[in-house]
Amino acid sequence: MNTGATPPTPLLRESFIELSARDRARALLDAGTFRELLGPFDRIESPWLPMQGIVCQADDGAVIARGTIDGEPAVVAAIESAFQGGSIGEVSGSKIAAALELALRDCERGRIVRPVVLFETGGVRLQEANLGLAVIAEIQAAIVALRRHVPVVGVIAGMVGCFGGMSLAAALCSYLVVTKQGRLGMNGPEVIEQEAGIDELDASDRRRVWQLIGGEQRAATGLADTLTEDDSSAVREAVRHAFAQGVPSAHRSEQVDTYLARLAQIDPATVTPESMRAVFGSQARNPSKEDA
Amino acid sequence: MEHLTFDYPARRAVTTRAHVGVVGSGDLEVLLSPAATMTAQVVVRTSVDGYSHIWKSVLDRFFTRFDGAVQIEINDFGATPGVVALRLAEAAEAAAAAETGDNA
Repeated sequence: MNTGATPPTPLLRESFIELSARDRARALLDAGTFRELLGPFDRIESPWLPMQGIVCQADDGAVIARGTIDGEPAVVAAIESAFQGGSIGEVSGSKIAAALELALRDCERGRIVRPVVLFETGGVRLQEANLGLAVIAEIQAAIVALRRHVPVVGVIAGMVGCFGGMSLAAALCSYLVVTKQGRLGMNGPEVIEQEAGIDELDASDRRRVWQLIGGEQRAATGLADTLTEDDSSAVREAVRHAFAQGVPSAHRSEQVDTYLARLAQIDPATVTPESMRAVFGSQARNPSKEDA
Repeated sequence: MEHLTFDYPARRAVTTRAHVGVVGSGDLEVLLSPAATMTAQVVVRTSVDGYSHIWKSVLDRFFTRFDGAVQIEINDFGATPGVVALRLAEAAEAAAAAETGDNA
């Protein structure tokens, strides 16, 4: 049947979630500008995993790439969730921290480098616990120092999500881009169930888990800034948009009184995803919007 | 964890390298790079012990068709022989594509 109308454009979508860390970094940088630092052939592996009988990955699960975003110099640190759950070891964490610190050095010399962190991590790698924790602190310090010069943009696409010490690093970012599939929380659902009992949270109840810590809820409560589809070009667009907004007048982690006041309105015994949205609703999340 | 090494003859030089895969559950990582001599060597690190005869079968089969002088490093996290064969073929293809300048 030919009605003469243009056929509808086929729904062509490239999943961002299904990309490897390397391809995610490539997808966010301007075409043809991807240049990896300390790649797999540099073979900077974890010295601790073989001692515990665990096979290493040649890049230790962290991809550091330079390139441009919207024509501006950028550095992307992408965590590979398939290797050890995206956990942060001494090497993978040091690569991310060093990438951010080098960007900071450039920014301090007046050469702005746009930093993006692709969080896909359960937090510290337990096999390297203390060193992993120390380096997560370095990542956090670098984010706080960098965000005075340039927005630090975090992306939580899923499906692992972002937990543990790295959830704090994500919370320090200037802007967080999330998908519906992404999750952001201090303790993962399995840990909560194990420590507080199944009455507290049934980790197998996916609907419940996403209602509490899913990307949609985090965006609706102002703890993430942009909710996007699981689509490479949508995520790239959201990251570009975040940089275009510039450094926020007050980062979330600087709004201590605002958040304490909101927390005071929450009764932990009766809190629900809906009451969280009522108190943390996005209308007041952004001081720049408050001022406007 | 087990370390295995296999050697094969080679008939042509390879000038490019390739990296494919991930050390994730049921998967493996392959690093393929040019060898210094006209031979091929495969070094396997695998999380599953006791399967060297299966590794030999899979690699024997791969090297019936592949004759490049390469150093192949494999970091394996419990991949099945089928997945190993596919990753090896993917690495060989990626190296060949890089050689012809087809970097798409």
